[in-house]
Amino acid sequence: MSETYLPNGLPTPSSGPDGLAAPYWEGTRLDLLRIQKCGGCGVWQWGPEWICHRCHSFDLSWHEIKGTGRIYSYQRPHHPVHTALSGHGPYIAVLIELPDYGNIRMVGNLLGDPKQTVTIGAPVEAVFEPHDKADPPFTLVHWRTV
Amino acid sequence: MTSGDNNRMAERTLRGKTAIAGIGETTYYKHGQSPDSEFKLALMAIVKACEDAGISPHDIDGFASYGNDRSDGPRLAAALGIKELRFSNMFWGGGGGGVCGAVGNASAAVATGMADCVVAFRSLAQGQYARYGRSGAAAAVAGDDAFLFPYGVMSPAQRFAMKVTRFMHETGIRQEALRAISLACYHHAQNNPNAVMRGRTLDEAKYDASRWIIEPFFHLYDCCQENDGAAAVIVIPAERAKDSRHKATYLLACGQGCDHRSAAPVHNMPNYPSSHFRQIAPRLYDMAKLKPADMGIVQCYENFTGGVLMSLVEHDLVKAEQANEFLTPENLIAPNGKMPLNTSGGNLAECYMHGLELVIEAVRQIRGTAINQVKKNDAAIIIGGPMVTPVSSIILGSEATL
Repeated sequence: MSETYLPNGLPTPSSGPDGLAAPYWEGTRLDLLRIQKCGGCGVWQWGPEWICHRCHSFDLSWHEIKGTGRIYSYQRPHHPVHTALSGHGPYIAVLIELPDYGNIRMVGNLLGDPKQTVTIGAPVEAVFEPHDKADPPFTLVHWRTV
Repeated sequence: MTSGDNNRMAERTLRGKTAIAGIGETTYYKHGQSPDSEFKLALMAIVKACEDAGISPHDIDGFASYGNDRSDGPRLAAALGIKELRFSNMFWGGGGGGVCGAVGNASAAVATGMADCVVAFRSLAQGQYARYGRSGAAAAVAGDDAFLFPYGVMSPAQRFAMKVTRFMHETGIRQEALRAISLACYHHAQNNPNAVMRGRTLDEAKYDASRWIIEPFFHLYDCCQENDGAAAVIVIPAERAKDSRHKATYLLACGQGCDHRSAAPVHNMPNYPSSHFRQIAPRLYDMAKLKPADMGIVQCYENFTGGVLMSLVEHDLVKAEQANEFLTPENLIAPNGKMPLNTSGGNLAECYMHGLELVIEAVRQIRGTAINQVKKNDAAIIIGGPMVTPVSSIILGSEATL
């Protein structure tokens, strides 16, 4: 396997001009997975948002969580839609459900053989993939079965 | 109606208030093959719709569109010499989720007296601008895209594929149901002179052998085309439709929007394996005062066949537990199928006109002038843009349904 799961040249993640997602991306650089929890009602919320959808509190704080979950859905794209993927072949994207955190879901790639059989419900753990040479550097979060 | 609440609701309805008096389409092209610019295509479709309605383009006083159409209403109004622009409206959201919403918005303007003659239209020349199936993403992406694009989840197909995977997992519906949808569309296109896929037949073996766009449920023939063209319909007050040269087609209902939090970020909508019509569809039938079984004509937007399947289930046109048995080419093909689907070829095989070609075909069916004419042609359901947010659907009917 090469250094990264997908080839370089794909769009890179940014926290955007409003900085809403900055704590998440700063966390992944430290191999930490962080999501928002509402200070008003305690609900876990993902992705990043300014307000709690349940109690409308603006008191959302970032909490470190365990990178364990289970496969909720998946896809194996074959057709390259971006020039960086031309000639690369199929890869697997997964949607991971985190039962310990209100079943919030995260998207990533499933490490290992891109032709492997994927089982919905299978337990997985997070794997941090640093891109240190990128400018600015960033770290993606992938998953592997356990 | 039994309660006071229901009586009040009954007064606030679009049912029977407006009619589609004219339909117009350009020649449909494979992307990049239109000799005419996108804006000219819009003008050509609108002028054709006016000719069909027997009105002058000068009589138009409103425009409604969707999908961030680049041919904006004020520019069209200037080009066409519109005397007074009274309604200029864009439905939020990308893709074809707004196709029926645009017709509904045009109807709402006409029904409430904001305007008298509104065009709902779509012009799209993917060969002249960005193609939907290629990512033109910037080097760095923010917001939702930051959590998707670096993992190779970029195109519309990739954004929706995991919904379909999960839906099939939960329901046990098989690929053959998706294949039947595709075969029906291609079958209907073979008789349609304006269908881009006319002359390109599809059978089970060809479908099965076609390459994967995405495993496990997106073969090549499960995915829509990329095209150039434009289409338009003219919406007028119902009372004026009686003088029309055509058998009148009335709007009976419009539903638009999306399920509870279906735009939640990073695939966190509570109802994930969904086309997002679960809350809209019951309201649609309530407004139309019709049932799913009354729909003789079903036109359902194919971005991908998985979205069609989920839409048919959420509009209660097919029960999930009966889908494997019911969704066969025989049942979906006009004139003898139990539920003829996308009778002009739809987005898959006529043209990806962002679903407006489906609305136009429904009008032809109600008029009785369709190429693949169905027999039970009083009520038509048109479903727009499954899986995007927001989505929309409408029910059209003949005078017999009023």
